[in-house]
Amino acid sequence: MQCNRFKECASLLVVVLLICSSTKAEQSTTNATAGNEHGAPPSGYQIVTFKWHHVMDPYIIALWVLVASIAKMLFHMSSKLTTVIPESALLIFIGLLLGGVVWGADHTASYSMTPRLFFFYLLPLIVLDAGYFMPNRQFFGNFGAILVYAVIATVWNAASVGLSLYGVYLTGVMGELKVDGMLDFLLFGSLLSAVDPVAVIAVFEEVHVDEVLYIIVFGESLLNDGVTVVLYNVFDSFIAIGGVNVTGVDCVKGVVSFFVVALGGTLIGIVFAFLLSYISRFTKRVQIIEPGFVFVVSYLSYLTAEMLSLSSILAITFTGVCCQKYVQANLCKESATTVRYMMKMLANGSETIIFMMLGISAVDGGIWVWNTAFILLTLLFIAVYRVVGVVVLTWFLNRYRVVPLGFIDQVVMSYGGLRGAVAYGLVASLDEARVQERKLFFTTTIIVIYFTVVLQGCTTKSLVTWLKVKRSEHREPSISEKLNGRAFDHILSAIEDISGQIGHHYIWDKWESFDRKYLCKLLMRKSALKSSDQILDVFHDLNIKDAITYIAEGERKGSLAFIQTPDADQLVNVNFHSSKQSEVDASMSVLKEGASAVCLDMQAVELRWKNLQESEDVYTHHLLQQYLYKPKKQLKYKYGRHDITSTEDDAQEKEIFEKTMKRRLASFKSTKYGVSQSKKVSKHFKKDPSQKKRSDEMLSNGGQLVFHDPAFSDPEHPHEYEVISNGGSNFIPNVTRPALADTYNGIDNPAFMLNEEPVARQALPPWATNNDTVVLSQRARVQMPWSPNNIRRLMPLRLSGRSTDSFLLADVPVPEEHPLSFLPERTAL
Amino acid sequence: MGAFHSRPDENDIRHLADKTGFSVEQVEILHRRFKQLSRDEDTLQREHLYGIPDLECNPIRTQIVAAFFDKRNFDKDSPQGTVQEIGFEQFLTVMSHFRPLKLRMTEEQREQLRLEKLQFLFNMYDLDNDGKISLEEYRHVVYELLSQNPQIGNESAAIADAAMLEAATICMGQMEPDQVYEGITFQDFLKMWTGIDIETKMHVRFLKMDNTTLCK
Repeated sequence: MQCNRFKECASLLVVVLLICSSTKAEQSTTNATAGNEHGAPPSGYQIVTFKWHHVMDPYIIALWVLVASIAKMLFHMSSKLTTVIPESALLIFIGLLLGGVVWGADHTASYSMTPRLFFFYLLPLIVLDAGYFMPNRQFFGNFGAILVYAVIATVWNAASVGLSLYGVYLTGVMGELKVDGMLDFLLFGSLLSAVDPVAVIAVFEEVHVDEVLYIIVFGESLLNDGVTVVLYNVFDSFIAIGGVNVTGVDCVKGVVSFFVVALGGTLIGIVFAFLLSYISRFTKRVQIIEPGFVFVVSYLSYLTAEMLSLSSILAITFTGVCCQKYVQANLCKESATTVRYMMKMLANGSETIIFMMLGISAVDGGIWVWNTAFILLTLLFIAVYRVVGVVVLTWFLNRYRVVPLGFIDQVVMSYGGLRGAVAYGLVASLDEARVQERKLFFTTTIIVIYFTVVLQGCTTKSLVTWLKVKRSEHREPSISEKLNGRAFDHILSAIEDISGQIGHHYIWDKWESFDRKYLCKLLMRKSALKSSDQILDVFHDLNIKDAITYIAEGERKGSLAFIQTPDADQLVNVNFHSSKQSEVDASMSVLKEGASAVCLDMQAVELRWKNLQESEDVYTHHLLQQYLYKPKKQLKYKYGRHDITSTEDDAQEKEIFEKTMKRRLASFKSTKYGVSQSKKVSKHFKKDPSQKKRSDEMLSNGGQLVFHDPAFSDPEHPHEYEVISNGGSNFIPNVTRPALADTYNGIDNPAFMLNEEPVARQALPPWATNNDTVVLSQRARVQMPWSPNNIRRLMPLRLSGRSTDSFLLADVPVPEEHPLSFLPERTAL
Repeated sequence: MGAFHSRPDENDIRHLADKTGFSVEQVEILHRRFKQLSRDEDTLQREHLYGIPDLECNPIRTQIVAAFFDKRNFDKDSPQGTVQEIGFEQFLTVMSHFRPLKLRMTEEQREQLRLEKLQFLFNMYDLDNDGKISLEEYRHVVYELLSQNPQIGNESAAIADAAMLEAATICMGQMEPDQVYEGITFQDFLKMWTGIDIETKMHVRFLKMDNTTLCK
């Protein structure tokens, strides 16, 4: 089946391909006709004209993007393929294939990636993504090591490869080359020196190596760009001056320019990050363009650095690294998500294009010059010197590192020395007038890239498995872990303080407190200050997740009844069936005007399962209201560009959050109050004005915890599920899905009321009993709970298809004394 | 007590270095720091540690300082209660919990080190030394930990609760409705930390270089 699908897609690909090549062919013809048209006046008015020339450039680009994306899609249909061969290599193959087809049809190079396209449009997106999602703590924790590799290893690569090639050239093995001398080789060495961020990300992200290892390889690949570009520029200008005329002063200037370029780029990045964070503080009212700021300002930092001939990659990297904390805190949730996805999409897209272009660009007969010795030696030197550089530098670093890099790490690091598109971009921008062997250099670079990306890329994964490299694990974030991590930071920095050392933790601690005291206040919205705390984030996320699994669990079981946490004194929950007999209508789904779709759904179901579980429905209904309470009424479309219909997601989420929290809290019960006291407890709560703290008090009074497993282990439940699940299962999905997903459009959900007391008592959910202010659901805030009396008043409005008898019963006088009358009114909600 | 007089002699230092795993230079540096903190006394008191200016903004400094005076962390014979002042040997022993790993270590040594480090952490949470971190104790620490951010101060209790709940789930699995979870025992604590290689995290780089002059 997989195979079939693959064939289908392949045929699709061929179609797209044909379009591409035919457009190419047409292009030449239209060029010709265009010339004619200009010569001769149009014979008459044409209703439709074929204006290929008019749209050609963007059209081709769009087509390439489409082809690349489809290709990518195809790879992922066969999961086997992508586990064996990395995507980057596959894309190169596709590129070669496409280029080959076009070449075969037309004998022209279809398209080649110009350095301008690469450096101005494709690279910044990838680097920005890398910077923006950089794990800062790790990055700065290993900053020393990263810098050493990025600077020294890169210089070492450039010098050793260049000089070795020159040495071999002097022996005459390569034959005659049209080179001025050493400088050409050094230039070549420098453009090949940089480990490429794009290739490294592409390969290593799929492999999931240990975090430290990843950050070192990846950080190196990002930062060494500064070095590479400087080296490249220096040698390029030396060649322009002419090898003989280079003086010592020029060399010193070269060294100085390295520091200026690298530090200047970093500084530009930091300045723009500051600017961006500051701007994002005030974008509250223009939420729709909020994400745009992130991209535009970052891109400006890139361009500014480029303009000042500083390292643009460093600039945009540091913009991303420095702004992430503040920007993520400042942007509203939707914008933050948009930024995240946009960034990933753009980066992934340009990565796709780059690799495909690398394939396509190679198919051009005019650029190939073969020199076996030169090419093979380059490959050899690159591999060997990478290993030597890594081993020597690691040995040196390990003397200072607390956690040394082991042998295996070194192997992976040496192996991770992929060269990629940066080298391509640099070699493509060589000036043939100055560097006469440009074609040879170009050929060699392409081969080096293919060799490293395809061969090393393909084998990295098996190597990593074979060497049993520590993989990064995906662990669920947990609060205790975060808390312990936080405690750790403080303990370690305190120990450093006490022992009088100035170490990482000391510096980090000082930075944190500076950040908190000044930067955050300056760069963050007031409202963001709170939520910026990671612990709270995790806490929040976990709660939301809890709520969702909670509901999902209900869906799975076909009943939401289990959600009642057994309360200490209502030991075992509701037996709905027994309650039925005595009960006045359980349900009370009073449908008001404009009843939502959900409710209609419910009604349909109700009709079907009418007699089956009335009170189960009640409970469900109740629950939906408590947890979801937001039926999709109707999507209100708004045709505004400046605003997306504001949703009240936040409110909803907050409430879900609070509720789950309550649930979590409810599962802790102090032993003191634990058994058979819940009435008193709730009473006590009611009177207590400072109720926010009540459960805390309760807990701390008790000291001990009783942890109730929410109802799952309840002995009576299994039985109940069986009864219920025969009907409930197709009922719940109907209801929850729209309700979960949609926007909040009002509170037209039919009022839900708990029925008569016996049920009320039994079904009283924990959040209702020991809850207070927080629990008030939104609708409760708007519509204060009905007392049983006004329920009766509302009764005639009820449209419920079932329980007509209860409707009649509505006229029965209500008993004055309610067993639970002391309960807060909202519990009846 | 193994407190030194103003000039420790070679043998003492070597002895201490062997005992705590620090190098001789590190012991000397720490000794100088000790003298600096204790204002040239032979023993160190809480006030001395509280006087370190850098420590002032540390939210859990009470716990950390207390750990130095907690007998559990240095007195193997009678691991109970606290003391008012400690000598250099005790100071060094507490510090040695934060020694980094050595390059060559057997698995058992690593495991031993891990246990020691975790025990130290556990003691920090377990204020009343009953072998359990009760909810109250946990809350207390969490409250202090989060006290830096005034906005979430109020929620610290809830966070502690959630963390405790997590601990309960990790350690006890699904619990019976009325089962009582009294607190995190050391065994549970170990369970919570499985998979996190604390031995590579809980360390401080003790330099061989003396930079005590830089610190106040």
